[in-house]
Amino acid sequence: MSAFKSLSVAGAKAFVRDKAALFFILLFPLMFLVIFGLLFRDSGTDKIKLAVVGDSPVAQALRQIPAVETQSFDNADAAIEKVKSGDLPGAVIVNGTDVQLRFAASDQTKAGIVNGLVSSVVDKANIAATGQPPRFSLRQSQVEDSSLNAIQYLTPGILSWAVASAGVFGTAMTFVQWRKKQVLRRLWLAPVSPTSVLLSRVGVTLGIAVVQAVVFVGIASLPMFGLRLAGTWWLAIPVFLLGALAFFTIGMLIGSFAKTEEASTAAAQIVVLPMAFLSGTFFPIDRAPGWLQTVSQIFPLRHMNDGMQDFLVRGKGIEALLLPGGILLGFTLVVGFIAAKVFRWEGN
Amino acid sequence: MTGNGGDAIVVSGIRKSYGDLTAVDGVSFTVAEGEFFGILGPNGAGKTTTLEMVEGLREPDAGSVTLLGQNPWPRKVDLLPRIGVQLQASAFFDKLTAREQLETFSSLYGSGTRNIDEMLEVVGLADKADTREDKLSGGQRQRLSIACALAHDPDIVFLDEPTAALDPQARRNLWDVLREIRSRGKTIVYTTHYLDEAEVLCDRVAIMDHGTILAMDTPAALVRGLDAPTHIMLEHGALRLDEVRGFAGVDDATDDGTTLTISTRKPAPVLGALAERGTLDGLQVRTATLEDVFLELTGREYRA
Repeated sequence: MSAFKSLSVAGAKAFVRDKAALFFILLFPLMFLVIFGLLFRDSGTDKIKLAVVGDSPVAQALRQIPAVETQSFDNADAAIEKVKSGDLPGAVIVNGTDVQLRFAASDQTKAGIVNGLVSSVVDKANIAATGQPPRFSLRQSQVEDSSLNAIQYLTPGILSWAVASAGVFGTAMTFVQWRKKQVLRRLWLAPVSPTSVLLSRVGVTLGIAVVQAVVFVGIASLPMFGLRLAGTWWLAIPVFLLGALAFFTIGMLIGSFAKTEEASTAAAQIVVLPMAFLSGTFFPIDRAPGWLQTVSQIFPLRHMNDGMQDFLVRGKGIEALLLPGGILLGFTLVVGFIAAKVFRWEGN
Repeated sequence: MTGNGGDAIVVSGIRKSYGDLTAVDGVSFTVAEGEFFGILGPNGAGKTTTLEMVEGLREPDAGSVTLLGQNPWPRKVDLLPRIGVQLQASAFFDKLTAREQLETFSSLYGSGTRNIDEMLEVVGLADKADTREDKLSGGQRQRLSIACALAHDPDIVFLDEPTAALDPQARRNLWDVLREIRSRGKTIVYTTHYLDEAEVLCDRVAIMDHGTILAMDTPAALVRGLDAPTHIMLEHGALRLDEVRGFAGVDDATDDGTTLTISTRKPAPVLGALAERGTLDGLQVRTATLEDVFLELTGREYRA
C-alpha cells in the first residue's frame, strides 16, 4: 500500500505543479463552458419582431405580448420595406378599425406565428368590443419540459469531455514518459507490484476528474450561468467514475503502443475529438442523421454524456443507471484487459 | 549479509543477441562482496546489456547469472530490496524536488525517510534538497540518481555510466561520492568508458569490446602485465641523446625538438643518473595506463 500511496502523491504533486496540464485540463474546457454558456444563454427565447404602424388597442395589445418585440414606424411604406428586405417577419398597419398584416413568405414557420399572433389579438379586441363575456375560457399554465437550456445541456457534456481528455491524454502521456525516462524500468527493479503502480495512476486520474467536476459544476451553478442540479444528481457519481475509468483504460492502451509523447498526443487527439463531437458534447446528437446516432452508441463518451445528463439535470431515477453504467463498466473491463495484456514496461 | 567474503555475483557465459547483432557474446566474471568492480569499454561494447542481465532486467539467451545466490530472472521481488540500480538515463518522477524523489523511491521499498538527509549529504546535494529535479545540473542529477539507488540501503549497487557526459569537475566530485559508498561496505558494479577513472576507482576491472571481456584484473596488474616502458620526459636539449642512451636501464631515447623522451623499464637508476646531472627540472614521468592496455589488447587507440 505504501507504494500505491507514494506514487499517487508523486502523481498528484506533478499534476498540481504542471501549469500546462492545469490549463488544458481545467481552464481550457472551462473556457468552452463559459463561452458557450454565455453565447447560448438566451437561445430559444428569440422574440418575434414586428413592425407596427399607427396606434390603437390592437397595437397596444401587441406591444404587451411578452414574446413580441415591436418596432414603431411612422408610415406603412417604411415598415413594408423592412419586411421586404427580410429584416422583420411582419408589419402590422393599424388604421382605425382596419388592421393590415403584411408578412414575409420566405419563412413559413415565422409567417404562421406572426399570423396567429396578430389574428388572436384582433379576435380578442373584437370580443372585447362586443361587451359580451367570452363563452370559451382558456386556462394557461407552464410545464417544465425535458428540453434543456444551454447550460443544463453543456455542463454534463463538457464535463464528460474534459474528463475524457484528461484521462486519455494524461494517462497515455505519463506512461510514454515513464517508459522513455526509464521510470517504469526503475519501478520494475523496485519491490512493488505492477498493480499498485497502475492503481496509483487510476487514483490520480479519478482525483483529477473529481477536481474537474467540482470546478465545472461550481462555476456553472453561478447565477450568471444558472445551472440547476436535478434531485438525483448524486446518481451521476457512479456514471462519472466509471466514465473516468473507461478513459483511463483508453489512455493506458495508447500509452502501451505509443513510443513518443508526440505520437501519444496525436493518438489521443484522434480518439477524443471525433468522439466528443459525435457524442453530443457541444451540440445535441439527436439532430444528426440516424446512422450517425447509431455509430455514436459505440463511444463510451456518448454513454457517459447521456448518463451524466440523465442524473445531473434531467432528474431520472436509479433505473436509468443500468444502461450507461453497464456499458461503461463493460468497456472498462474489456479495454482494461487488453491494455493490461499489451502493456510494456520496456522501451524496446 | 555483507562482509562474509562470499561472491555477490557470479556470471557465467552469458550471451545476448538482438536480431543479427550479438551484444554480449559469452561473458563470465565474479564479483566478491564489498568489491568495486568496473566494466569498461567504448560505447557499444555491450557493457549496459551485460549489466541489465545481471540486474535481472533482461533474460540471457545463454549462460547463467547468480545474484546474491539467486537467479535474478524472472523478476524476484524478494531480491530487489537488496540491489540498488541507477539507470543510464536519469529516471525521475516529474516535477518533484530532490528530497521528494528520494522519499518516493525509498517508500517504494518500504524504508523510512530517516536516512534521506544523510543520502543527500553523501552525494553533496543537501543544499539542493528542495530544488526540482529538472532545475538540477547534469552532475547534480547524476548524483541524485545515485542517491535514489542507495536510498533503501541495498547490498549491491549497480551504476550505469554515472560519470558520462559530466564536466571534469563534476566527475571528480562523483568519484568522491563513489569512494564514500564503497567505504560503507557496498558491493559496487559500475560501467564507464573512462579508462583513467576505472584505474583510480576500481578494485578490479573487466575491459570489454565487441561483447566479450578482453582482460580482467586489478588495474595495476593489467598495466604491469603489459610490460610497457615508463616514459621520462625532459625539456628539449637538456642532455645530449648519446649521453642519455649511455645511462644504465635506458631502452631508448628520442628528442622531437620539444621534448626529450626516455623509455625505460628500470626508471630508478635512470632517475638517479638524471639527478646526478641536476636535470630534474620540469621532468615528467608517465607510466603505462589502461589506455595502453586497451591499445595492446585491441590493436587500436581507445576511443570513448
